[in-house]
Amino acid sequence: MIVSHADPRSNLRDAADAPRAAGLRGAPAPTLPGLLTATERDPALHPKIDDPILVVNDLKLWYGQKQALHGLSMGIAKSKITAFIGPSGCGKSTFLRCFNRMNDLVDDCRIEGKILFEGRDIFEPGVDVNALRKRIGMVFQKSNPFPKSIYENVAYGCRIHGVNRRAELDPIVERSLQGAALWDEVKDRLHESALGLSGGQQQRLCIARAIAVEPEVILLDEPCSALDPIATAKIEELMQELKKSYTLVIVTHNMAQASRCSDYTAFMYLGKMIEYGLTEKLFLNPMKKQTEDYITGRFG
Amino acid sequence: MTLHTRKPERGTSYMWLCGGALSVNLLLVLGLLVLLAVNGLSYFWPGEIVLLRKGDGSAFLGEIYQRQEIPKPAGSLEPSLWRTQVKVGNRDLYGFEFVWVDDDQIVSRETPAEALLVERLEFGAFFGYLKELRLASGERISGDDLWNRLGSLLEAKEREREAVADFEAGPIAMLNRELEAVRLGTRRAELRAGDPADRAARIAELEARRKSALALFETRGEELRAMRESLRAEIAVLEEVGGKRKELAVSEIVRVTPSNRLGVSGKLGVYASRVREFLLDDPRESNTEGGIFPAIFGTVMMVFLMSFAVVPLGVIAALYLREYAKDGAVVRAVRIAVNNLAGVPSIVFGVFGLGFFVYFLGGAIDSAFFPEYAPAAKFRTGGILWASITLALLTVPVVIVATEEGLAAVPRVVREGSLALGATKFETTWRVVVPAAAPGILTGLILAMARAAGEVAPLMIVGMVKLAPAMPISGEPPFVHLDRKFMHLGFHIYDVGFQSPNVEASKPLVFATAFLLVVVVTVMNLVAIWIRTRLRRKYAGAAV
Repeated sequence: MIVSHADPRSNLRDAADAPRAAGLRGAPAPTLPGLLTATERDPALHPKIDDPILVVNDLKLWYGQKQALHGLSMGIAKSKITAFIGPSGCGKSTFLRCFNRMNDLVDDCRIEGKILFEGRDIFEPGVDVNALRKRIGMVFQKSNPFPKSIYENVAYGCRIHGVNRRAELDPIVERSLQGAALWDEVKDRLHESALGLSGGQQQRLCIARAIAVEPEVILLDEPCSALDPIATAKIEELMQELKKSYTLVIVTHNMAQASRCSDYTAFMYLGKMIEYGLTEKLFLNPMKKQTEDYITGRFG
Repeated sequence: MTLHTRKPERGTSYMWLCGGALSVNLLLVLGLLVLLAVNGLSYFWPGEIVLLRKGDGSAFLGEIYQRQEIPKPAGSLEPSLWRTQVKVGNRDLYGFEFVWVDDDQIVSRETPAEALLVERLEFGAFFGYLKELRLASGERISGDDLWNRLGSLLEAKEREREAVADFEAGPIAMLNRELEAVRLGTRRAELRAGDPADRAARIAELEARRKSALALFETRGEELRAMRESLRAEIAVLEEVGGKRKELAVSEIVRVTPSNRLGVSGKLGVYASRVREFLLDDPRESNTEGGIFPAIFGTVMMVFLMSFAVVPLGVIAALYLREYAKDGAVVRAVRIAVNNLAGVPSIVFGVFGLGFFVYFLGGAIDSAFFPEYAPAAKFRTGGILWASITLALLTVPVVIVATEEGLAAVPRVVREGSLALGATKFETTWRVVVPAAAPGILTGLILAMARAAGEVAPLMIVGMVKLAPAMPISGEPPFVHLDRKFMHLGFHIYDVGFQSPNVEASKPLVFATAFLLVVVVTVMNLVAIWIRTRLRRKYAGAAV
């Protein structure tokens, strides 16, 4: 079963951000009566996760009248890669966008249930969404560098969070670009437009941009769907590196990718969590017929 | 039966129609530009000075202006007759500047080598011969030496003329300003409530300043009179074709052109000198001669001020409409209103500007800060500031629409990328969306500038004048005078072409000014386009 507790590392890495992030910590770790719902009660359908960084509890989401997510519950393991797979329209991207509250931007979106990040519900009133998004970064399906220079793209998040001095920014930019395995390719053209990079480079730039603000979790929404196999391989390799310092959650269409690079995989279908488990187990020995049909390509 | 029947593809005719329409448009624009350029630019070229003699013994010396068929009664079978219009100048002697000569009466036609075109500060051109120079020393020069002496004398006199102008603009103008400041200070002291003793002291102090300024004025005035006297010391004696003589101070002469003796390079020199005068000098003779620099300056400065007002206004409005306002009936209504605003006749904006900016805002400023100006006004009268703001209102819809389109073109994923990094909506808008939309904003500005530079009607009632005594930027503190009236190329065209006492003479000036207006607008647009291209290059990579 899931045990959720406040992250002992509750002090933010960037002390300057403390007031902004105040909404996210300091609250006592809630006890979680009745937290466990259908999926988790069946240990076969839910892996045992000792130290979850994110806990989802009975999450329901509606777009207007249409319900897109039907009571999802799961824990996300820290410093691991968790993959969401499922056919188009099953709600995996919607689910992913709940973690950093990107669905707030959708006008008629309504959410019930809880997502606990270090023990605190991120939907609670009073939570600073901007501080949350700083700690839970995101990389999008379509690479979306800002129409600025490569340097400014990476520095952007730091500037937003109050780091403006060149002397502080330079090492951050270099470290982030190295972290995203892009440094060697762009170090001589840092001040050229980011839009001049290739698709794969742009996507790695977006990853560099995300890790520049030192988040704890990085959400990746089909990051390789627009990339060729070589660029995809680079990103996958990079994910293995990133997992040492960050928790990664990835949505992918590509089952091979999920099986190659994730530690845990969740299979979703029509807004429901069908099966969640260790990747190896899910792909080799799925418990549910639906899962098996999907991963063997019989539908979807 | 063959598969490949050569039937014209459907729709080909429409392609030709569209292409044809485009060609017609381009031809019209090109034709207009060529007409303006040819008529405007040929004006500065020194033409041949022709001597025409008629059978009755009368003679005319001047430049051929145009030739036309004499109108004859309908159905007349007589052969066509032609007549020639000659610019004979010498307005002060003849009372007219142009004559028509019927071609069949001309008995001889020559181009005398010694004929001169003398351009003067007053009374326009003089066509005739130079007979004698009388120097200040009393020496009289004639004959071969004449021409050499005249050249150096003209240069010296031009420098002297500038010195006098500098003296008038310097010490004399300073004294005038001092007197005006004293008058206003006195008035201000009288108006202000307070201790009567203080007030009396202040007024007495100002009175003392006035007295000393007046005393200085006497001596300075004397100096100026002396300078003017020496300026007019040398006399040129000119003779027109009929033998009448005219004595003219050399300082009154702008340029002497012996057109018939000049080769191409000499004529080019005259051409360049005339173009320079046109571009850089003040107008003379109720705008029909001299340059149009104040009008160029006024136009450019007004458009600049307008840009500074319209860009923030339009961009902020568009940001609200596109980024913040919830799309609903109200926003749609506002959009329709904005678009309709662009269709309101410009004179209506002029009337609004006069009522709101000049009388209401200007009146409030005057009564709050400049009560001493009453009954005259400082801001409660048309000026370049009010004109610019009025035009900003007129052009703001263009900027709003273009900015909105620019904002709409920024992809949603880019905004989300910024938000996902923890940026607030404002930070996202300010740091990502607006820079990305900058080319669109500049497109709006380009359209607004083009419209503003060509607008005349609303300006006539909010501060544009046919002749401004002083420019909106000048050497006297506070250097930028936003309350001043200004000249404008568009109005200049109207004024010179249709309000001038000498319509025939100023016709080429209308073309030249119109051409210049087009050039000014084009240059301003090119600058904006250049900036936009740079921005695009900065924000977009080679791959895009």
